[in-house]
Amino acid sequence: MVSLTPMELEALQLSLRVAFFAVTISLPLGIAAAWILARYSFPGKPILDGIIHLPLVLPPVVVGYLLLVLLGREGVLGQWLYRLFDITLAFTWQGAAVAAAVMAFPLMVRSIRLALELVDRNLEAAAFTLGAGHWNVFFTVTLPLIAPGILAGSLLAFARSLGEFGATITFAANIPGITQTIPLALYSVIQTPEGEFAAFRLAILSVVLSFTALAISEILARRLRTRMVG
Amino acid sequence: MLKIDVEKSLKAFHLNTRFECESSGVIALFGRSGSGKTSIVNMLAGLLTPERGEVVVKDRVLFDSSQGINVPPQERRLGYVFQEDRLFPHLTVRKNLLYGWKRAPKSERRIQLEQVVEMLGIEALLERHPGKLSGGEKQRVALGRALLANPSLLLMDEPLAALDQARKEDVLPFIERLRDEFDVPIVYVSHSMEEIVRLADTMVLISDGRVEAVGAVDDVMGRLDLRPLTGRYEAGAVLSARVSSHDSEFALTELEFGGGTLRIPLLDVPTGTLLRLRIRARDVSLALTPPTDISIQNVFKATIVAIGGETGPQIDLRLEAGGAAVWARITKRALMSLNLEPGREIYAMVKAIAVDRHSLGRVTGPDRFLSGE
Repeated sequence: MVSLTPMELEALQLSLRVAFFAVTISLPLGIAAAWILARYSFPGKPILDGIIHLPLVLPPVVVGYLLLVLLGREGVLGQWLYRLFDITLAFTWQGAAVAAAVMAFPLMVRSIRLALELVDRNLEAAAFTLGAGHWNVFFTVTLPLIAPGILAGSLLAFARSLGEFGATITFAANIPGITQTIPLALYSVIQTPEGEFAAFRLAILSVVLSFTALAISEILARRLRTRMVG
Repeated sequence: MLKIDVEKSLKAFHLNTRFECESSGVIALFGRSGSGKTSIVNMLAGLLTPERGEVVVKDRVLFDSSQGINVPPQERRLGYVFQEDRLFPHLTVRKNLLYGWKRAPKSERRIQLEQVVEMLGIEALLERHPGKLSGGEKQRVALGRALLANPSLLLMDEPLAALDQARKEDVLPFIERLRDEFDVPIVYVSHSMEEIVRLADTMVLISDGRVEAVGAVDDVMGRLDLRPLTGRYEAGAVLSARVSSHDSEFALTELEFGGGTLRIPLLDVPTGTLLRLRIRARDVSLALTPPTDISIQNVFKATIVAIGGETGPQIDLRLEAGGAAVWARITKRALMSLNLEPGREIYAMVKAIAVDRHSLGRVTGPDRFLSGE
């Protein structure tokens, strides 16, 4: 059995924690954004759509920089967060999670929006006639029907968060034990002389992690599918 | 009472529908495809909002533009059976059936799961998902789901239209049983005369979003001026008749109606049952004197009431036999040679096997449709 070095273990735990929180933050917001984009049309819709998709096309470093400007301790919103709630995001693992969430957000929204657009609205109408109110219809009909899309979106976001580098290093920096996720650790060991073997081990760890996530989502998706058709 | 008075501009025409009738038995909305029937039902259900008007079901105002009342669909308590089954694919049949039941107020849950499951014969399907059911089974579950919501009125929008002929024959008897065994009035949308004659008591004739006629099925079908809408090919009279006896030797059933006796192929119904049947105009022939030595089993005396003004080789005559309206379609040549005119007494003949068996329906409402009584 191969055992992990303390540095590797720390990076693994941090990566999982950052990715998990990134998905948790972006899931409800992602569903809300997908709902608005799929169900409503309003004048500023293309702009909202563009803003949501921005992290997909911008260089990650730019996103990290913008986050610093916005949410840094001296930032536009960051100073209020610090003063009112004593919350600091820059250079913390929470900041890394926010950076990962922002980067993963468009993938999440695209996946859920597609699922929402495929929902047969007639089923929702049928649920109304059976006495279910709006939230009730959402939780008992719409949400179960888009569950596969939510699962796929969450997996994409999780994988994207595990691999996040540019925005994280800019906004949260590369601090061992605090913000050093697997990709950042890999970057650090490559910089040190004779770090090839350590880099190789981290790369393997990364592959194993991604495969596991993929396998788990495949099992869940299959379970969902059999539930649908009995 | 059911009262609809609604207006809305649709793509093809301006819908302006107004009618009132008793909310009991089966009320059929009949009209061609695209005449606005589904829009009317959606306005009843609250899925479509009229621009102006009023919707009242059993003394409850569901919509009134002048008072700003618009009860949302989830609070209207109307069951809706759609053309497609619209079952929830992620729920089992049991959970689909109970979806509306659970959301009905406890005090109004008169109809229970066991009753409905037994009536529809779907015990074996309860734990399955809709994806694994046949079209006919799905539509039966959809009927059960709407009924179990314990609605004050059931809406059915062409519930058989998506099924093939064999499946239709499977599902129709269940709609009949639902009508007979549960005290829930039904608004039934269809463009199939057969279904309407078989199921409905009251008929609302719709054309381009307007009501052309409201009344008992027999009466509306008997009106000459409505013929362009009720359909020329399907033209025929709708009669109410009572089963008087069965003749097992010749496998015939005798029916009594206002104009006399009708013999038709043996039916499996008890004597005394009130039936509604359709006799197509093209199956009725006429004679001036009582015919003898012929194979036709049904001959009854009738009076010519009106002669249609059709162009072409054939013409439709409206007859009255003991208060019941009957149609006859003959050639213009026959009309001329027999010198037929309104007021003339003649003998109408119908072949026993010509009676449209698909349209035989039990009469559930009061006897008001039984002509001659």
